[in-house]
Amino acid sequence: MGMTSPSRRSLRTVSNGVLLLVGIAFALPLVWLVLASVDERATLSIKLPGAVSLQNFVDVMTPEKAFVPLLNSLVLSGGCALITVVVAVLAAYPLSRYRMRINKPFLYGVLFGTCLPITAMMVPVYSLFVAFNLIDSMGGTILFLAATSLPMAIYMTKSFMDSVPVSLEEAAWMDGASMMTTLMRVVVPLMRPGLAVVFIFVFIGAWGNFFVPFVLLLSPDKLPAAVSIFAFFGQYGTVAYGQLAAFSLLYSVPVITLYVFISRVLGGSSALAGAVKG
Amino acid sequence: MAIVVEDVRPVAGSGRGSAPRPGRSKVGVRRSLVRSIPLVPAIVLLAIFLLGPVLSSFYGSFTDASLTGSAAQGASFVGFANYAELFADPDFPKSIILTLVFLVASAIVGQNVIGLGLAILMRSSSRFTRGMVGTFVVTAWVLPEIVASFAAYAFFNDTGTLNTLLGSVGLEGANWLYATPMLAVILANIWRGTAFSMLVYSAALQDVPPEITESAEVDGARGWQRLAFITVPMIRRSISTNLMLTTLQTLSVFTLIFVMTGGGPGTDSSTLPVLAYQEAFQFGKLGFGTAIATILLLVGAVFSVVYLRALKPEVD
Repeated sequence: MGMTSPSRRSLRTVSNGVLLLVGIAFALPLVWLVLASVDERATLSIKLPGAVSLQNFVDVMTPEKAFVPLLNSLVLSGGCALITVVVAVLAAYPLSRYRMRINKPFLYGVLFGTCLPITAMMVPVYSLFVAFNLIDSMGGTILFLAATSLPMAIYMTKSFMDSVPVSLEEAAWMDGASMMTTLMRVVVPLMRPGLAVVFIFVFIGAWGNFFVPFVLLLSPDKLPAAVSIFAFFGQYGTVAYGQLAAFSLLYSVPVITLYVFISRVLGGSSALAGAVKG
Repeated sequence: MAIVVEDVRPVAGSGRGSAPRPGRSKVGVRRSLVRSIPLVPAIVLLAIFLLGPVLSSFYGSFTDASLTGSAAQGASFVGFANYAELFADPDFPKSIILTLVFLVASAIVGQNVIGLGLAILMRSSSRFTRGMVGTFVVTAWVLPEIVASFAAYAFFNDTGTLNTLLGSVGLEGANWLYATPMLAVILANIWRGTAFSMLVYSAALQDVPPEITESAEVDGARGWQRLAFITVPMIRRSISTNLMLTTLQTLSVFTLIFVMTGGGPGTDSSTLPVLAYQEAFQFGKLGFGTAIATILLLVGAVFSVVYLRALKPEVD
């Protein structure tokens, strides 16, 4: 700003002051997480560790405590994201390229689906899974997670596809390529960055989901990290806060990394919110 | 949803664009069918896993299904018995009020006001402050929900950070999770969810042309006047969208409350999703829980319809 009048400068000071206070308040629970993870005698309160040690991480990095749950998380979220992206690309193509009567009702239905409170559905979903004998099935859980992320994914994929110019497809049509060939050979390669965004977006959502696997999966060897952290808390919670924090961090790092990556790709951290902005 | 509706789509031979509308002809119908084949996997998935539970929820709420006992084998139709029981149970009206309090305090007031406030303050702050505060606020939002819930649990616990801080200035804190469970979960949800509103409002404020606020400033409008009469009206579409979205998100908050208080003490912090879980899985009354779920779905559906009608997102 060219001229900084006194009032503007004081405004800046006040803004900075208020923001810093709010920032500290928001940071406190996060700081606890980090400090507790490197403190062998961690409590529930923020305190400087007597000695910084990585012992908590060493303790939780065993197959049954961390690796199997993290692998399960990877299978669940990876499978869910893969299915979602494939199904969303297929659905988005006719929605984006043809004007059909089904488009409008379908897209309104999809938008409606993005708004439904999924947690409200878990009781009936449980009954349904019992009826179909799908309780404790990884496949069933993956499909359910995919179905819940599908509405948003279709919407995002369609808007990415809308911005892919059609001239190249027209050339492919002239050459007699079928709809699927055009989609796979021309459109998908052109929108790879957009599809990566959708994939990561769905992956982050599924990775962090606690309630769905908590209700639908039972066997300890199938539980993803979100649920096993909760079980860990119930078992050792009162003694091993440091390990709990260390495990939580191990589990959070992948999604935070993906989020940073995706916000770089989309240019600015506002991009994810922008995707659902009105 | 910010989608750009472009007019450069392939209209060649595809419905409305071409001269003879092929919609009615045999060829047109078949072409339409062929073209909608790629929609089939999506329709199947959505029908089985979203529509299926919604429908079975409506049906199940009229049965006496339960997890154990004779009713677990074959549930029988009981009409409105679950609903009658629901409204007779003092926990249910209480849960509705708790849910409303939670919605208003943490989503409508907390996240939106603080989110807008942060977005406005960030425009007149230094780059460093903006980056640092933004990082913390967004991290609380990006963290997996179970981790955020533990961090909030530790913060409000009797021996947690909040009481340590209060103790260091000579105040004695309460056992927040038991004494004031709603306050604790409301503050935790504000902490967890404000980033979304902040990002939406930051993006919206960037679209307000600076000339307008500057000219108002030249005309002598004070800071709060510029905010109330220029900035807020100009971003009202973002505000209504965001109010709706945060309300819907908050309506389905489960993990945060479940981990922090478990709905307790008793049912003092059982919002509707938590109560549905408790009734169905802890007390084994599946039909009862399903009735609550059905009501929640209806409330969510009403909100969604209002949202879609009021904002008319472009679905072209």
